[in-house]
Amino acid sequence: MTKITTDDVKYVARLSKIAITEDEAAKFTKELDAILGYVQQLDAVDTTGLQPTYQVTGLTNVTREDALIDYGVAHEDLLKNAPRSRDGYIEVPKVL
Amino acid sequence: MTIADIKQRIENGESVRAIVEDVIAKIEAAGEYNAVISILHERALARADEVDAQIKEGKGGRLAGVPFIAKDNFLTFTGKTTAASNMLKPFEAPYQSTAIERLEAEGAIVVAKANMDAFAHGGSTENSDFGVTKNPVDTDRVPGGSSGGSAAVVALGVVPFALGTDTGGSIRQPASFTGVVGVKPTYGTVSRFGVVAMASSTDTIGTLATTTEDAALVMDIMHGQDERDGTTLHDQKPLFPIADAPKLKIGLIKEYLDEGVQPEVAAAIRAQAEELKNLGHTVEEVSVPSLPLALAVYYIVVPAEISSNLQRYDGVKFGHSAKEAGNLQDLYSMSRDQGFGAEAKRRIMIGTYVLSSGYIDAYYRKAQTVRTKLINEFADAFKDFDVLVGPVAPTTAFKIGENAEDPLQMYLADVMTVSASLAGLPAYSVPVGKDNDGLPIGMQIIGPQRSDALLFSVAKQVEETNRG
Repeated sequence: MTKITTDDVKYVARLSKIAITEDEAAKFTKELDAILGYVQQLDAVDTTGLQPTYQVTGLTNVTREDALIDYGVAHEDLLKNAPRSRDGYIEVPKVL
Repeated sequence: MTIADIKQRIENGESVRAIVEDVIAKIEAAGEYNAVISILHERALARADEVDAQIKEGKGGRLAGVPFIAKDNFLTFTGKTTAASNMLKPFEAPYQSTAIERLEAEGAIVVAKANMDAFAHGGSTENSDFGVTKNPVDTDRVPGGSSGGSAAVVALGVVPFALGTDTGGSIRQPASFTGVVGVKPTYGTVSRFGVVAMASSTDTIGTLATTTEDAALVMDIMHGQDERDGTTLHDQKPLFPIADAPKLKIGLIKEYLDEGVQPEVAAAIRAQAEELKNLGHTVEEVSVPSLPLALAVYYIVVPAEISSNLQRYDGVKFGHSAKEAGNLQDLYSMSRDQGFGAEAKRRIMIGTYVLSSGYIDAYYRKAQTVRTKLINEFADAFKDFDVLVGPVAPTTAFKIGENAEDPLQMYLADVMTVSASLAGLPAYSVPVGKDNDGLPIGMQIIGPQRSDALLFSVAKQVEETNRG
């Protein structure tokens, strides 16, 4: 059975873009190890000849005309929720 | 409180405004339960006046003047939509969910937003960044979750129905814990446009109500295809009025009555199975052998989808944003650290892990393949049976704090509800009795996809045998 290490947790936290402290990393290691240990019972299940299910009602490729739909939502109303905006654009801090 | 009660009051000359004011007063009086996050005073009263005018002109809809409460992951035009999370505490929705639009078009009035587990992650409503909701039946106990606030306001008689979402049991389990009717429809029945996403392959929208009759009417109004949610099903059948149930072959799910179930819960379900026999149905035990695996499948697939859906919370477009972040990378990771609680972080990290290079086959694809096995076994069971029944949860409502320290223990509360979610099946919870402490027990009724109308017929019969 794969054992989850603190390094694994720090790695997935980095992939998940979540800053965590050393204390949190230790706590999450224990919890994630228990949860992933529990789900590993699936290893023993025989699934020969079966395909994975990603969609349950059989719908495939639901498309619509590639045209603008007016949802009646104003540009400025959407921007109201942005923590920072300027001249009608969302503003972010410098990238590097 | 039922929809018929409200209609009677309007018939007797009471104004919709007075009814809405009364609901607001009841919410305020029920503060100790912490079932509601926010009240939409201004808009609800303005809508009440509108509906009063419509009724006067004889133009009232099917729910004219009927007040309801929506779980706080439904986007509403006014007030905040927080999903009970610090992340969305500042969020004011610029548009409204299709479900609420359809109810409003029939004259219903959304009066408040209900408490829930943050981002619908949880089975007790303890994981709310707005504090725990208390079970109206016993305030030392949880109301279940994640739609715990919605269940509590219905159980308290504040409104005839409330909206909930059910991804792995979040309508059914709180309905069972509080003694109300809970409806999780076939996947794709109600549009999810304007509802905060959790796990897109199992997220459904449904209702918690005092009666099956009211639940069916509400579902009938909300259901149907919506171009803004590509997963909604075409050619759906009407859900209201509820037809009389034909004589059915009913399967009593063996795996859900085995060890690990509170004896009073198993006894109540078996007693109800006898009642169904007395009504002329055939009831036999049925085995769906992979059911004990469903929880493990669920806690791989759902965190994987959560990790994807919750990427949008980046501190840039909306929601919590770390003020002190000096660059873009820090803005992402600090906003997410501060805005997400421990459970969201756990689920995002599990999801990221099972989708990461080197693990995706062993965890994610394996789980999705076991999911196929489970779906096939359900299909086999539905060759012999029209509907399946069993408990909703292995126990009645547990004490506040009892499972709070152990995430895995908390997940086990979902053990009997996640299977229908993974297979996209409709599943309802109907109250069938009480345990020795007077805590409600719900029966779960599961049918094949698109059998929602039939489930209402069965649910109504179950309700009738328990009336009084």
